[in-house]
Amino acid sequence: MILGRVIGTVVSTRKEPKIEGIKFLLLEKINPETMKGKGDYLVAMDSVGAGLDEIVFYVAGSSARMTATTEGRPADATITAIVDEIDISGKLVYQKDRI
Amino acid sequence: MIFARVAGTVVSTKKNDSIIGTKYLLTRTCDQNGKPKNDYIVALDLVGAGTGEVVIIAQGSSSRQTELTYQKPIDAVIAGIVDLVEEKGKIVFRKQADEHF
Repeated sequence: MILGRVIGTVVSTRKEPKIEGIKFLLLEKINPETMKGKGDYLVAMDSVGAGLDEIVFYVAGSSARMTATTEGRPADATITAIVDEIDISGKLVYQKDRI
Repeated sequence: MIFARVAGTVVSTKKNDSIIGTKYLLTRTCDQNGKPKNDYIVALDLVGAGTGEVVIIAQGSSSRQTELTYQKPIDAVIAGIVDLVEEKGKIVFRKQADEHF
């Protein structure tokens, strides 16, 4: 899975019927050492109700279809977790709503 | 499969992978000598790997071919902890000697 920050939403009214009713979020991949964006963006389907600026990770490829929300749909990137904490060698580099 | 070194942990309470009892580890990819590369992957730990250990990661749908991850939304698992790597007859990585972190 890859870490990313939710930086926006993507709205599409004319789309493949199979992806009706699914929320698209705009993610920027992040470097956990600095928690800064890497300038690499993607559209991911949301299966956990992630909000703006939250740190998440998403699953890619066929595994992205293994959630109830995305099963049998053309989804290749699905957010499966909202991250509460990240530590590197025991040091907290990210804590939701704090650092 | 690729080499990576366990860098730390990623904690999430609000998640949708229906997997209980295992940890997500933050790993940094590395080469066969254990030299770090600049890519981080969150992987499900199946073998109890510790921070600093060099591990083998399986990605993509193959990561779902285990008891715990079958049909689950997972695309990276730690499949093994590396003890030794030998390249062209020379040992290029050994776990005990590597414990410098």
